[in-house]
Amino acid sequence: MIRTDALIIGAGPTGLFTAHQLKLIGLNCEVVDNLDKIGGQCIELYPDKPIYDIPAVPECTGEELTNNLINQLKPFDIKFHLNERVEEVKKENDNWLVKTNNGTSFSTPNVIIAGGVGSFEPRKFSPKECEKFENKSLFYSVKDKKIFKGKNVSIFGGGDSALDWAVELSKECSVNLIHRRDEFRGAQATIDKVHQLAKDRKINLYTQYQMGSVKGNSNLESIDIKHDNNEIKNLKTDYVLGFFGLIMQLGPIANWGLNIDKKTIEVDTEKFETNQKGIYAVGDICNYPGKLKLILSGFHEGALAARACFKLARPNEKYRFEFTTTSTNLLKRLGKKE
Amino acid sequence: MAKITYITHDNQKHEVEVQNGLTVMEGAVQNDIPGIDADCGGGMACATCHVYVKEDWFNKIPKKEDGEEDMLDMAFEPKTNSRLSCQIVVSDEIDGLEVNIPSKQT
Repeated sequence: MIRTDALIIGAGPTGLFTAHQLKLIGLNCEVVDNLDKIGGQCIELYPDKPIYDIPAVPECTGEELTNNLINQLKPFDIKFHLNERVEEVKKENDNWLVKTNNGTSFSTPNVIIAGGVGSFEPRKFSPKECEKFENKSLFYSVKDKKIFKGKNVSIFGGGDSALDWAVELSKECSVNLIHRRDEFRGAQATIDKVHQLAKDRKINLYTQYQMGSVKGNSNLESIDIKHDNNEIKNLKTDYVLGFFGLIMQLGPIANWGLNIDKKTIEVDTEKFETNQKGIYAVGDICNYPGKLKLILSGFHEGALAARACFKLARPNEKYRFEFTTTSTNLLKRLGKKE
Repeated sequence: MAKITYITHDNQKHEVEVQNGLTVMEGAVQNDIPGIDADCGGGMACATCHVYVKEDWFNKIPKKEDGEEDMLDMAFEPKTNSRLSCQIVVSDEIDGLEVNIPSKQT
């Protein structure tokens, strides 16, 4: 059990700056994020797209913004729990008991949800019966490629993940690569390689096809794939891999007893607190009259929520407002003064 | 202004007037039409404003730009007449457009 003054859910720009504010005012915090890297939407959806409306930063990409925010956290010691999704938030005496899908648990008076539009999850196949085989013979990521050795593997998708795995697995298995159109969107070198392997009959390429249905009882036996012209082909297959990118899902947040409207959480504008005492929501996921889904609004919301956390984390102390330009306390925390 | 008809998966027709310059996605969101999530807010980064455009309209509306087809790879049940509604800008020329909304976006 990890005890902390505040737990931040979401390591996007808002979560990162909120962590900065908490540490600056002398509180501990830890951060959980379902992605395998820090940065949230900025890093997952638009790392290369320029942003023009961060105050005092005329232009920066999602990746640059993330790196700058990480640099700003350098003076502080903050533990990030990546690849973990918060599953449960439960009241226990005066604290919140928070559990992740990896079994990490936290006890904290303050939970700050900086979850954007929710956690990133893999997009799945549409036929319902695919669920039956999920994590047994149908996967959305590869954890152990050894299980595919010598087997028939059908890979769906047209981006780098699908292409890279098609190339890699073609060395030791029989690979079908299925994509909805003739063009691929991966790196050109990989696309060329896939076409070469298809020519050499190392990869069976099916374009303008999509998943039709999966067949088999306890074990997957074959799949039907459907052409744009409705023609159906049956492929014998032991394993199916789908690479359709990530989608944002509100996920377990919906079950924590918060007031949710249109995938956003209602908060007040003094503390950015939800209807549950000690649970705050900041950034794109919060909603209040006049809410703007801008990164700069997230920074403001995080700064205020951090001050509200102080009260619950240090009930016997009084929060004192200070400036980083002049306060010895703050400069010490920032490592600028002994 | 253009009249846009959004047809949801359960065959409900929603006819709304949308201002020129807005996108078909914004027209749906502003009028609370169900089934268009638009998670990324129009950045062509999420494929959750996916619609099917009726055949006769598909060739009339402005063509897809770079990147839209890539995003459509990730959409739920894409078809040959799939578009991202955030990339269709409303003008007098598309008055009367009909789009079908898929059963879900994810």
